[in-house]
Amino acid sequence: MRSGSNLEKVLEAGHFAVTCELGPPKGADGEEVRELARLLKGNVDAANVTDNQTAVVRMSSIGAARLMLDEGLEPVMQMVTRDRNRIAIQSDILGAAAMGIKNVLCLTGDHQSLGNNPQAKSVWDIDSLQQLAMLKAMRDEGVDAVGEELKRSPEIFLGAAANPFGDPTSFRVTRLAKKITAGADFIQTQVIYDVARYEEWMEEARDRGLLDKVHVMGGIVPLKSAGAAKYMQKMVAGIYVPDEVVKRMKAAEKGKKEGRKIALELIEQLRTVKGNHGVHIMAIMWEKLIPKLTEEAGLLPRPKV
Amino acid sequence: MITGDRKPLEEIAAMVEGFERVLILGCGTCVTVCMAGGEREAEETALALRLRGRERGVSREIWYANVERQCDEEFLQEAVDHVARADVVVSLACGCGVQHMVTVFPDLIVYPGLNTTFMGVTEELGVWAERCLGCGDCVLERTGGVCPITRCSKSLLNGPCGGSADGACEVDKTIPCGWQLIIDRLEAIGQLQRLDEVLPPKDWSKSHSGGPRFRIREDVRGTDDVEEGAQ
Ligand code: SF4
Ligand code: SF4
Repeated sequence: MRSGSNLEKVLEAGHFAVTCELGPPKGADGEEVRELARLLKGNVDAANVTDNQTAVVRMSSIGAARLMLDEGLEPVMQMVTRDRNRIAIQSDILGAAAMGIKNVLCLTGDHQSLGNNPQAKSVWDIDSLQQLAMLKAMRDEGVDAVGEELKRSPEIFLGAAANPFGDPTSFRVTRLAKKITAGADFIQTQVIYDVARYEEWMEEARDRGLLDKVHVMGGIVPLKSAGAAKYMQKMVAGIYVPDEVVKRMKAAEKGKKEGRKIALELIEQLRTVKGNHGVHIMAIMWEKLIPKLTEEAGLLPRPKV
Repeated sequence: MITGDRKPLEEIAAMVEGFERVLILGCGTCVTVCMAGGEREAEETALALRLRGRERGVSREIWYANVERQCDEEFLQEAVDHVARADVVVSLACGCGVQHMVTVFPDLIVYPGLNTTFMGVTEELGVWAERCLGCGDCVLERTGGVCPITRCSKSLLNGPCGGSADGACEVDKTIPCGWQLIIDRLEAIGQLQRLDEVLPPKDWSKSHSGGPRFRIREDVRGTDDVEEGAQ
């Protein structure tokens, strides 16, 4: 065990793992986080807590993660390299580990020009791969970025994101390989609507011997409306939404119901993809759906490990 | 070259408000090539300021001059007569030129007439693009001659990020993704395997993060009349 986190235990025991997302509030009300944590607890193995997602200022992921722990929901603390240099990253990890946070997802982060503080100076002292390698060395070798010994190493399960549909096409699997080399123990993928294409990516990864070294969890985004599907298809970089999905959403009488149905079908399909060890359900602002969806998908009760 | 954009006329006019004799000084090198602060732009600026003053009934002396390089004392001395006559100088050089004038003529008031933007190239007539951030530790040999520090919006050494789509950067569809360019280029020259390696964090102490930088060559330091190109 690298961290002894619940997520790690579930994955290592060979269960089909379930994670979801919790978006911290734009404000200092801890009760909002606690409430969401109580809602999600028991329905997932851990929940990602986003770090100023889309570069919009919110409660810190480290603070929200601590509140989740208090409520008994295991956090996967997301950490972007956009806003912190290597000094702050190391120090935040030590603080997070000391507070009992055991899963960290390393991300580059959306550019600040997409958020609500486009005037901000960008940091990107290191990128997400260098962050993974740095945290891995802290955990496994007990040293900081300059090789100085840590009195106690942070026991953390290290995650990274991957996009099976990302550009440039020829580089998709290499990019995954690099994240694993750098130190990723688990991967949460970008949203998948085309499982066949996801399978191709997984197959190539398997052929390159990558899947023995890492747990890959497929990403799900339940759709609320045809408009949302269209928006994702046209406006969000790196997301692939097939036309059929948009058509299905358009034809549906009730968007949310159809979106839920599609999500259920996708979860079912992902369970049969070789090497896919779980699902990561991203339903920010629609967290209420998680208990119902996991129930209907037959993912409950979550294993006790 | 170093590029810049001339500041809006109103901003320059506000700076020189109340001065009697105003010199607009162009620079004959980079900012001439990028059509921002050369002799022609100095002339245009002086003319526009004069016109603006006339419309408002303000009479003051506004003239222009040009030197080859404002970042070089030798050339600055050629403007000494102009400078002696002026109450204020609006320099159309880059920020280096403005600062050097202040150093060479300590009693002079010099204001910037340009917003200095970047180190770059002319992509086509009328289009200039940023190419180098002067990081102090060049990696171009590893990235096919395309700079990840400058041409990736996040300066990633192990890109691309998830926002790269159809060759464009997530910041703006009109910005080519630097990492797409790097990958295309390495593919074309048969060096894609270079990207299998995870590059370690950069030593930013060699960049401006380490403080303002100096270059010192002890062998030529202090020797007055070094011939150009002499070792
Ligand atoms: S790697 Fe550094 S020195 Fe080389 S082009 Fe890029 S910014 Fe300039
Ligand atoms: S899209 Fe490309 S250029 Fe833009 S930040 Fe990402 S890797 Fe860099």
